[in-house]
Amino acid sequence: MNYLNESIDQLHQNLVHQKLSAKELATNTLDNIKKTDDKFNSFISLNENAPKEAEAITEFDTPLAGIPIAVKDNIVTTEMKTTAASRMLENFVSVYDATVVSKLKDQKAVIIGKPNLDEFAMGSSTETSYFGVSKNPWDHTKVPGGSSGGSATAVASGQVVAALGSDTGGSIRQPSAFTGIFGIKPTYGRVSRWGLIAFSSSLDQIGVMTKRVKDAAYVLNAISGHDERDSTSSMREVPDFTKALNKDVKGLKIAVPKEYFEIGVSDEVKRVVNEAIKVYEENGAIVEEVSLPHTKYVIPTYYLIASSEASSNLQRFDGIRYGFRASDVKSLADVYVKTRSEGFGDEVKRRIMLGTFSLSAGTYDAYFKKAAQLRTLIKQDFDRLFEKYDLVMGPTAPTTAFGIDAKNDDPMTMYANDILTISANMAGIPAASIPAGLASDNMPVGLQIMAQRFDEEAIFNAASFYEDYSKFYEKVPSEMEDK
Amino acid sequence: MISKEEIAHVAALSRLKFSEEELEMFTPQMDDIIAMAGQLQEVDTTDVVPTNLIVDEVNVFRNDEVEKMQTREELLKNVPETKDGLIRVPSIIDKEDDNQ
Amino acid sequence: MNFETTIGLEVHVELKTNTKMFSPSPVQYGAEPNTNTNVIDFGYPGVLPTVNKEAYRLGIMVASAMHSNVSPYTHFDRKNYFYPDNPKAYQITQSEFPLATDGYIEIEVNGYTKKIRLEEMHVEEDAGKNTHGTDGYSSVDLNRQGTALIEIVSKPDIATPDEAQAYLEKLRQIVQFTGASDVKMEEGSMRVDTNISLRPIGQEELGEKAELKNLNSFNHVRLGLAYEEKRQTEILLAGGEIKPETRRFDETTGQTYLLRVKEGKDDYRYFPEPDIPGFHVADSWVEEIKSQIPEMPDVRRKRYVSELGIPEYDANILTQTKEMSDFFNETVENGGDAKLASNWLMGEVNAYLNTNKIDLLESNLTPENLATMIKLIKDGTISSKIAKKVFQETIKNGTEPKAWVEEKGLVQQSDPAVLVPLINDILDNNEQSIEDYKNGKDRAIGFLVGQIMKATRGQANPKVVNKILLEELDKK
Repeated sequence: MNYLNESIDQLHQNLVHQKLSAKELATNTLDNIKKTDDKFNSFISLNENAPKEAEAITEFDTPLAGIPIAVKDNIVTTEMKTTAASRMLENFVSVYDATVVSKLKDQKAVIIGKPNLDEFAMGSSTETSYFGVSKNPWDHTKVPGGSSGGSATAVASGQVVAALGSDTGGSIRQPSAFTGIFGIKPTYGRVSRWGLIAFSSSLDQIGVMTKRVKDAAYVLNAISGHDERDSTSSMREVPDFTKALNKDVKGLKIAVPKEYFEIGVSDEVKRVVNEAIKVYEENGAIVEEVSLPHTKYVIPTYYLIASSEASSNLQRFDGIRYGFRASDVKSLADVYVKTRSEGFGDEVKRRIMLGTFSLSAGTYDAYFKKAAQLRTLIKQDFDRLFEKYDLVMGPTAPTTAFGIDAKNDDPMTMYANDILTISANMAGIPAASIPAGLASDNMPVGLQIMAQRFDEEAIFNAASFYEDYSKFYEKVPSEMEDK
Repeated sequence: MISKEEIAHVAALSRLKFSEEELEMFTPQMDDIIAMAGQLQEVDTTDVVPTNLIVDEVNVFRNDEVEKMQTREELLKNVPETKDGLIRVPSIIDKEDDNQ
Repeated sequence: MNFETTIGLEVHVELKTNTKMFSPSPVQYGAEPNTNTNVIDFGYPGVLPTVNKEAYRLGIMVASAMHSNVSPYTHFDRKNYFYPDNPKAYQITQSEFPLATDGYIEIEVNGYTKKIRLEEMHVEEDAGKNTHGTDGYSSVDLNRQGTALIEIVSKPDIATPDEAQAYLEKLRQIVQFTGASDVKMEEGSMRVDTNISLRPIGQEELGEKAELKNLNSFNHVRLGLAYEEKRQTEILLAGGEIKPETRRFDETTGQTYLLRVKEGKDDYRYFPEPDIPGFHVADSWVEEIKSQIPEMPDVRRKRYVSELGIPEYDANILTQTKEMSDFFNETVENGGDAKLASNWLMGEVNAYLNTNKIDLLESNLTPENLATMIKLIKDGTISSKIAKKVFQETIKNGTEPKAWVEEKGLVQQSDPAVLVPLINDILDNNEQSIEDYKNGKDRAIGFLVGQIMKATRGQANPKVVNKILLEELDKK
């Protein structure tokens, strides 16, 4: 079975009324993944024990009970290896579970497998994965986006109904846009990062990817909330996000930044997104063009901050306590240098180098500190907008999914792809991508919806409205049509 | 232009080593990235307070209560080389940084 | 040419907490390798630090005890460097906004007093421990990794090796009195790094400095600095120049040896720790902590002299450690005479502790028992000779003195109703002695007292016996 026409509500009813057992669901899910994954390369690891774990679930007293969910492979699990798609952790099995994993288990969800990603979540295409690129279900010659590309293909191809992703500069939203699904990066601090392999600690946030908006609300309900192990996790009360799906946009004030339709954004993306925004306007929303003047600086700002933090976060991978250690090491210096030079891929090395450069004594003020100051200005741009508007909308990515290998040689073109998603991480605000429609190349286009900090409910409401209008979830990705 | 010496210094700090071939690919890439980062210099940030983290919470403390999380056996499971409960590494040559 | 010396001291003190600075692992000296660790101490992928409130509280206490200003805002920073005992390859410390700034420690050395100003102090985590085998391998134990530390940095006010030693002694004493640390050099709960430079007298700018490592006692600090002072003077007088270098003190030769020449500044790539929100320390909290600081040694010393009549020298010794001073306080509070308590603590008690190589708190002596014993001496219940017996018993076995004295029949006999007839009996049987006494032979008294003591098995109160004896003799 696949999940192309499923929702968590429906699956839950089937389980409650014993139309199928949790064990059957888990077994069928694994079978389908195994059947289809040669084509998509969504998963790095599968939980072969899932049917057995599911068998123990007999009471379906939570919405997620018995529902198989995929967890991006940079989130640590004890029952499967966690690789971060790196040779460095090729065979690494954690001795503790991430908080989100424990929370999903508490809700009796079944962790079915670990989807592919760019190495240490550094990339926009899954092409930096040590385990190979994942394939876009709408066109297997194209990337699914990244870094949560495996999660995106798994959901878009119906291998799972929901997957966790992580988003540092767009890693949930951009692949969601590329594969025509819904993906939400919550407010920084909404979800515990305990057990998320850190890329950029001040920007990383775990989120949810699903076909249906309500399904994401269910999963986000399960994983949100303060965690004593994460001092940056918020102590705010978590609302029931499924109650926010009111599909009511009358009087909603929507800001549309003009910069989001300038720098490198394709005409087709502009057209599809503008049409989607028009639908909101036609249904009573007040739409106004605004300016986010520091948008042109977000890419250098982001790459400096994220790479600086990453250069420090990734120093622990040294071949001493876990993970890969280079063979033929004679000295401590060898252990460090050989292990890290052989264990990390090129993109990771580039970012470590950039980050180390930016934090160095002589360059700190001009690079890292300057970027942190720009971050303040970028955040203030948003603060000003949210004094007046409920939501900010625009495209998620400048183009539709690009071809595999198309941007591989030039990191700068690849980085430019993140220009529209980075700001939400900079400002710590929640942001989602919802399918706006198909472009003329028959590839999905994402509409990005951003809200004030801790106002995910506004996003869920607006997204549920457009989902109801477009019914994009009924579209079957081209690569699935023959099935 | 970033010099070879600078690249070598940064690589040494990062505990990374590059072949000549890799350096030929890497150096211009690093140059492009750093040039891009250089664009930020055109923005006047006098008196702008840097943002390092966006959270509501301040003064987040843990109470001083012992919690046993993992056993030594669990923790040593992933260690490439161990002996008598210790983690082993090839000899440290530069010993002066050890604290007594 | 004459030079003046400038000495800087960086002192690391382990804070006495149950758990580590950023992880809930237990802190315990001497545990089996890697048993007091968890995924946080191991720097596992995905782990996050959480800040130990008690470490912060103790840090504020130490800062306040040294008159420092607790910063209204602080955050943690990362100091990046690779080393096997540093699992994350960064140490979480405070660099940009330390816990406290300024403050001072007042020292007394060679008859003068001097205020040594402090630059700053900050809390941070300790590293693990490397041991170096002979088989080409090193071993890492992460038990100590993450232990809470406070680092106290002095301003360049220290001018002689003697001042450096006095500063360290005073610093240890203050920290010890706050109860924030054991401050034991031998267990590593206090560690000292120092640097020293010379400059021609009158020159504004400080000279090039050398850092000293491997200083395992205050004495070594003083000796190392003194050697270094001499070495640098000789180089400068010969027209040479001091290179920035790290040197190691060798305790067997008393000399320092070059470890490495410092080439440029170390590049630790400090930046704000993004995993921990900042801290706004409320004045009310600082005030609350200040109110919990135990009385400092200087205050106690003055009080002992002015209120309890203890000599200056004795007061000094009694306030060397908090244990001793607290013990003395409690003995007095329990009714023990201050002067006697002081004499006993400095005399018999110290002698016993030295002989048995134990700490005061490791012995079985309690302030209550010591006070009781002193009261027994003071009211004449026991003689000072018997008291030594009682003392041995109570410090060895924790025996309650009063009950024991009664049980063993060691009570001194001072009752005239008992002693008068007894003395008369003896006089009646020793008429020759009465005769001798009347003839001015004082020796007779000694003989008679001896007889009385014999008859009472040594328990008669000598003072009372003397008095009654003279009275009775005069009646004869």
